[in-house]
Amino acid sequence: MESFLNRYRNITVLLLVIFAQLVLLALQVKNDQDVRIIRVWTITAVTPMARMVEAFRGGGAGFIRDYIALHDTNAENRQLRAELGRVKVENVFLRNELNTAERAKALQVFQAHTPSKLLGATVVGAGAGSGSKVVFVDAGSTRGVERGMAVLTPDGIVGKVIAAYPTASEVLLVTDPDFAAGVVSQASGVRGTLKGQGTPMARVDYVPVEEKVAVGDWFYTSGDDRIFPRGFPAGQVKVVRDGRPFKEILLEPSGVQHGVEDVLIVIEGAHQDIPAAPPANQPVYIAPAPPEPKPAPTAGDTPQAAAPPNPQQGTEADKLRNAYSAVGQAQGYKFGEPNPKPPDFTKIGVAPAPAAAAAPPATPAGKPAKTNDSTRLSNQAAGAPHEGKQD
Amino acid sequence: MGYSSGRMLLSQREGQVFRFPTWVMVGVPLAAILFQVYVPLFFPILSFVEMPLLVLVYLALMRRSQVAGLLVGAIIGIAQDSLSKNPLGMFGICKTLVGYFAASVGMRFDVDQAFIRLLLSFFFYFFHQFLYWVMQRALLSQQPVFDYEKWLIFGALNAVIGVALFHFLDRLRESA
Repeated sequence: MESFLNRYRNITVLLLVIFAQLVLLALQVKNDQDVRIIRVWTITAVTPMARMVEAFRGGGAGFIRDYIALHDTNAENRQLRAELGRVKVENVFLRNELNTAERAKALQVFQAHTPSKLLGATVVGAGAGSGSKVVFVDAGSTRGVERGMAVLTPDGIVGKVIAAYPTASEVLLVTDPDFAAGVVSQASGVRGTLKGQGTPMARVDYVPVEEKVAVGDWFYTSGDDRIFPRGFPAGQVKVVRDGRPFKEILLEPSGVQHGVEDVLIVIEGAHQDIPAAPPANQPVYIAPAPPEPKPAPTAGDTPQAAAPPNPQQGTEADKLRNAYSAVGQAQGYKFGEPNPKPPDFTKIGVAPAPAAAAAPPATPAGKPAKTNDSTRLSNQAAGAPHEGKQD
Repeated sequence: MGYSSGRMLLSQREGQVFRFPTWVMVGVPLAAILFQVYVPLFFPILSFVEMPLLVLVYLALMRRSQVAGLLVGAIIGIAQDSLSKNPLGMFGICKTLVGYFAASVGMRFDVDQAFIRLLLSFFFYFFHQFLYWVMQRALLSQQPVFDYEKWLIFGALNAVIGVALFHFLDRLRESA
């Protein structure tokens, strides 16, 4: 040792002097965090050693605890396994609750912005028949569901009610071989009949070969079948082949693409325009409509008890009722009270008297309900995401 | 090459160690530091002269002792630090290393030749400046400019001054 020090005496002295001055520097200088460098160096030098000592101590203690003193380990292991299982189940339950809440919110938004009167329902069971695509929903005749009503989701049509029971309804899915619905192409306006095949894909029949249909085109309900209102998405074309005498078109139904859990039953349908653009893949949040501006009250005005119903809004039945009410009021007839003579409803469609100037334009009796200007206006007011009309 | 080529550089004064009177060992570095402090106050153009460094290089070269060189460097450096705004030790470390390496060089070269003195003064000035720049970045977290062109020019000027200074200091030394 002595010979070693003698041999490296100069360099040793150099290192000692440099070290002493470094310590002197570190005592004075602070780093960016206003901590003296001597503290930084000391902690940096001590911490690894402390970590090693702690690792050695912890390792020794852990070895003794884990490999030598193993009492109660088995019972603790069983308890932890049971707790883990319970937490897993709870996690699945909470995830399902979250998904349900999100679906319910999406349905609620869709329901509020669709002119049709819709009833929310949840799928509670599937049909027992092999190959049949039938589900049961928890809304039945007591809630107004009737056989033949359309069933859909915001993504597209799902099926139609084939039986309505008091507390549940049976829904034939769009993929069932017995299902059929009238559809129209969004791009070219070609009409066809959507039929299920018993597979995830459905086909569109009766499209002539000379018509133009391309892969990726969207088909919407045409309303011709009197079940599905016009303007709801049916699905996207995946395969197009030329056949004789009709094209062979395979379509992926958009309503059942991601499974069916929560659905909407169309209680009173209202035809819509077919949107110019295909539906977006991702759901978009739609903010509530801004409040109507209130007119400033003037002196002498009497507050109105209730605003009169807008005859341009509501279902076709609402509009028809408004038209009859307007004609009755124009003739001085008071509904719900004894009147000398019944109103003359043959005046429907005739320009009303000035007293009934505020009455809405009446729909000609017997004319089938179809998409008209009032429907279009109500659709646009409801925030339907389309700009044009393809009739 | 049995005889090392480094040793061939030594003249007949090989191994000769010079000593200085105590007043020289104390007074000359002190005067150099005072020069560094006061002269630029009146002649700012002379602020580039690193008089303490030149004195240190001379003493280390002449003493040919690494320990003596590094101790002289440490003392001069810390004294210079104490008169500056820098933390104590910045000049101290730089000059300690300069003193050590100057003494190491003095053991192998004939440092009585003016050209060698010129080269060594220039080299140690540049080494000192570079070392100080590194320490400013590493220890003080500062971002000084790496102005090597200025260092080269000032290094040359200090080398010229150093040769003259060394010639003057030669008169104060005595052989051991």
